[in-house]
Amino acid sequence: MKTIGYFPGCSLHGSGRELDMSVKALARIAGVELKEVEDWNCCGASAAHNLNHNLAVALPYRDLALAEAQGLTEILAPCAACFARLKGTHVRVTRSPELAAQMREITGLEYRGTLRFVNVIEFIGRLIEGPLKGKLAPRLAGLKVAAYYGCLMSRGEDVIEDEDHENPDGMTAALEAAGAKVVDWNFATECCGGGFSMSNTDAVLDLSHELLADAEQAGAQAIVTGCPMCHSNLDMRQLTINQRGLGSHDMPVLYLSEVVGLAAGLEPKDMGLDRHFIDAMRVLDIASAAQTAQAAAAETAKK
Amino acid sequence: MARVGVFLCHCGENIGRTVDCAAVTAAAAKMPGVVHAVDYKYMCSDPGQQMIKQAIVEKKLTGVVVGACSPRMHEPTFRRAAAEAGLNPFLLEMSNLREHCSWVHEDRAKATEKAVDLVRVMVEKVKHNRKLHSIRVPIEPTAMVVGGGIAGIQAALDIANGGKKVILVEKSPSIGGHMARLSETFPTLDCSQCILTPRMVEVASHPNITLMAYSEVESVEGFVGNFDVTVRKKARYVDWSKCTGCGDCWAKCPVKKIPSEFDAGLGKRTAIYRPFPQAVPNKPVIDQEHCIMLTKGKCGACAKACQRGAINYKDQDELVKIKVGAVVLATGFDLWDHSAYGEYGGGRWADVIDGFQFERLASASGPTDGEIRRPSDGRIPQTVVFIQCCGSRDDKMGKAYCSKICCMYTAKHAMLYKHKVHEGRAVIFYMDIRAGGKGYEEFVRRAIEADGAEYVRGRVSRIYRRADGKLIVKGADTLAGRPMTVEADLVVLADAIVPRTGSERLAQMFGVGYDTDGFYSEAHPKLRPVETSAAGVFLAGACQAPKDIPDAVSQASAAASKVLGLFSKPELEREPIIARVNENTCVHCRACIAACPYGAIEDFEIKDRKGNVVKRVARVNEGLCQGCGTCVAICRSNSIDLDGFTDEQVFSEIVTLE
Amino acid sequence: MLKQQFARRFLSICAAGLRTRRADWDRTGLMAETETKKVEATPAVFEPKIVAFVCNWCTYAGADLAGTSRLQYAPNVRIVKLPCTGRIDPLFILKAFEGGADAVLVSGCHPGDCHYTSGNYHARRRWAIFRRLLEFTGIDMRRVFFSWVSAAEGAKFADLINRITADVRAAGPFERTNPARRRLWK
Repeated sequence: MKTIGYFPGCSLHGSGRELDMSVKALARIAGVELKEVEDWNCCGASAAHNLNHNLAVALPYRDLALAEAQGLTEILAPCAACFARLKGTHVRVTRSPELAAQMREITGLEYRGTLRFVNVIEFIGRLIEGPLKGKLAPRLAGLKVAAYYGCLMSRGEDVIEDEDHENPDGMTAALEAAGAKVVDWNFATECCGGGFSMSNTDAVLDLSHELLADAEQAGAQAIVTGCPMCHSNLDMRQLTINQRGLGSHDMPVLYLSEVVGLAAGLEPKDMGLDRHFIDAMRVLDIASAAQTAQAAAAETAKK
Repeated sequence: MARVGVFLCHCGENIGRTVDCAAVTAAAAKMPGVVHAVDYKYMCSDPGQQMIKQAIVEKKLTGVVVGACSPRMHEPTFRRAAAEAGLNPFLLEMSNLREHCSWVHEDRAKATEKAVDLVRVMVEKVKHNRKLHSIRVPIEPTAMVVGGGIAGIQAALDIANGGKKVILVEKSPSIGGHMARLSETFPTLDCSQCILTPRMVEVASHPNITLMAYSEVESVEGFVGNFDVTVRKKARYVDWSKCTGCGDCWAKCPVKKIPSEFDAGLGKRTAIYRPFPQAVPNKPVIDQEHCIMLTKGKCGACAKACQRGAINYKDQDELVKIKVGAVVLATGFDLWDHSAYGEYGGGRWADVIDGFQFERLASASGPTDGEIRRPSDGRIPQTVVFIQCCGSRDDKMGKAYCSKICCMYTAKHAMLYKHKVHEGRAVIFYMDIRAGGKGYEEFVRRAIEADGAEYVRGRVSRIYRRADGKLIVKGADTLAGRPMTVEADLVVLADAIVPRTGSERLAQMFGVGYDTDGFYSEAHPKLRPVETSAAGVFLAGACQAPKDIPDAVSQASAAASKVLGLFSKPELEREPIIARVNENTCVHCRACIAACPYGAIEDFEIKDRKGNVVKRVARVNEGLCQGCGTCVAICRSNSIDLDGFTDEQVFSEIVTLE
Repeated sequence: MLKQQFARRFLSICAAGLRTRRADWDRTGLMAETETKKVEATPAVFEPKIVAFVCNWCTYAGADLAGTSRLQYAPNVRIVKLPCTGRIDPLFILKAFEGGADAVLVSGCHPGDCHYTSGNYHARRRWAIFRRLLEFTGIDMRRVFFSWVSAAEGAKFADLINRITADVRAAGPFERTNPARRRLWK
């Protein structure tokens, strides 16, 4: 994996900048070149398929055709929604020649179906098995995290192929490599409110609150996710949830790439860790405090 | 010269709709050797059979071809008719115009053309048929029943009461099966043990029944009337002839924490144990896997405790060969493993239990003495959620079929729970309530109306375990059209009924077919529901399909009556499809002897008048030969042929297809 | 007798190869004649002729199940019923090809499910060797099919026949049969 196509999508240029920064920082130290798809357009995300089904396929179809024409074979789409739209479109047009013909006509471009798609979980999995092998230190030892997959990183039979849809564990290996302890909790695949963030904020507040509460009950000190939409709902809405009196949450929400980046010794600010609504810089302090406490306990036990 | 008669059946409209029967008749009339061709609406009816009989006599037919349904359906019918008219029954062949033609094709021209081909092939074959005579073989009038649940018990008792000997083989240390584990039974709520245990005792004391508990069928040879079954008597490490069942041994056993199979893992047992106090035979076995003496070589507590000296740590499995004439398979069912449902916890939570675990909780003889207490902390649950169709009617995750008994037992569970915890809440998520059966619908109504069970039509999407131990059940009420959440203390899943593990291996041993789910296939879904494709092997109970107790018992009695019917004659008639050796050309290479799966071909020495061996040849034992024809295809000198499927017959069929 | 005659003929095919035989037929003048005839007779859609050798207990019953389930499949197959696939003599297959079949299917019980314990294993072993012999003589391997269809697999039988018919239709008529003997299926 020397070079891989890169599809940032809108999120990674906006509310999900930290994901963009951390993935790029990881790729840099792993020696992987991210080749951004030239002239990419919106993937359709959570809006297009509500308006027009053809549009919802045609938008990502154009991206696929462009990427293929640019000689790319693999596309990394860190945003979970982009990944789902791109891969979902690939599955649909490769299965249905009629739909493919229709899309050819609409976009005037040809997609032959040669691309492979990588989401952030798989990308990081490959890095820690490959170029980053042996380069991660358990800097987060002592930190208890809830691995949160949401819908887009756990579901879609043909989109998420290697996960147990009900009890996914794709992040576990990377989190453990970073030293974090993954807690057993109930809401790993529950809905954060997703695309209702703007249109029905109340629903998002309720759902995200339940999620945060369960993570707290399970003893988690941080939530780790791979999806920018989940991230913004959980991170950005916490204060509003608290203001509404639903709870009093103070839970750092991190991207998987940030956690692995910390373990790889990257500067937190280079990954945008200082940009979170809920202070995320403290996870290192929590971990080191826990490590100190454990060392002290071990010392006492020895005596 | 061959004089063949062709009789074409319309089968009402079943054949006539797609196949132009008149055209086929006209074509058949022109086939070489055909002297008579006629079509009729229902050839299997009495007038139809009369047409055949009359033609045989009047036209002096030497062969008959009936173009109708599958020979598996009516070949015996037509052959009997031919025999009644004085024609050797094996001079009649059938063309399968219904199952293989009219039912599977729509194009009338092509179907008609195919039908003509199918008839022509059989006309050519029948010209080469020879007169054959049924073979008579003696019957061993002893039956074997495999499986000692209620179905096996009923079948064994019925056969034994009919005056025939029965060997009852049971895998576990006691008979009784699942029924012995139930608390009360629907729709009358009578105590399961109270109605079952007298039957179990009757089995043990019946002079015609030999009970082989803790034994399994190892291998099967032979065929209807004369099966040779090898049974493995598993090592019990207890000499049952000395044991009195006093219980001193298990009282002293130091290994006390083994999850009890009988209590569905909720209770504990010792390493030397009897499954439950009413077990038959009421004698213990040692669980080899957990016994310290057998695994580590020290302990011996039970041997010290036993005053009769019945403990024998050196006991070994024993293989017993038994000759039986008929077999009843009653291997029963297991529950589907719901851990495949990740959304229900994937088997991680102690308080998400299956139906049997609930039965044991509700049973007076269970680990909680009949008090409903949840497994995790022993508290009495205030809200119980029952989820029906867990794995049933779900071909994506589980099984496509309906498990049939879950609607009823779930209603019963809700009722038992409400009878014991009056203020408690029983919520049942269901897809449909299927309560067909005598008194069944009334029973469900009673659970709803008299006992206040809350029935919610809808599926459960997810169960969480909250930190306080509550199980949060999220589902949909599809009648009210809204999502709903129930905070439950205990969740009972009505898991799908699946065949016993290992039942497929047993089916293969007996040559019994089974469906894609592993349930044994009956010979005909409507008219031969207890027979199998293997002659002399019958089915009883849930090994054939999910069944409740009355259905299992009825089928067991039906199977027993089939066995008794078979045993009512001293001899059995069998199709004479057997191999024959041409001793003039046989070179005694013995290839056939090696190939025969039945050991039916033997060396034979041809001697002259003085007793000198002039030639060694292979010879077929007619009693053993089953007529597969493997030897025919393997013979290098072309010296074996198979009656009914001779080279001449098959080649004439192939040549005709050109 | 038939068997021996046929064995002799089969050996001659192996020894002399196709060209010689074609030359033989050419000399007789039959070849040219029938070939022109065939061009005229070939219908727009080629309808292959498939001979299926099936056992009585599994595949024949599976085909019955396809019938009782009313599963539609191509009418191009003609079933020859035998008690067991173990009964199938390789000569049956050659004879079918010689007679003008475009494809041959052999189908019996699944491994382990043979009604006669092990007949299907014999059939499978024999088949493995026979395939190589067929390949050696130049018979296109895409015309010989081997399958297991149980009594419960009506749908599998219907699919199988449809698939074979489509494959053989694409492959075209089997040309190595003696054209003098070949009569096209109308």
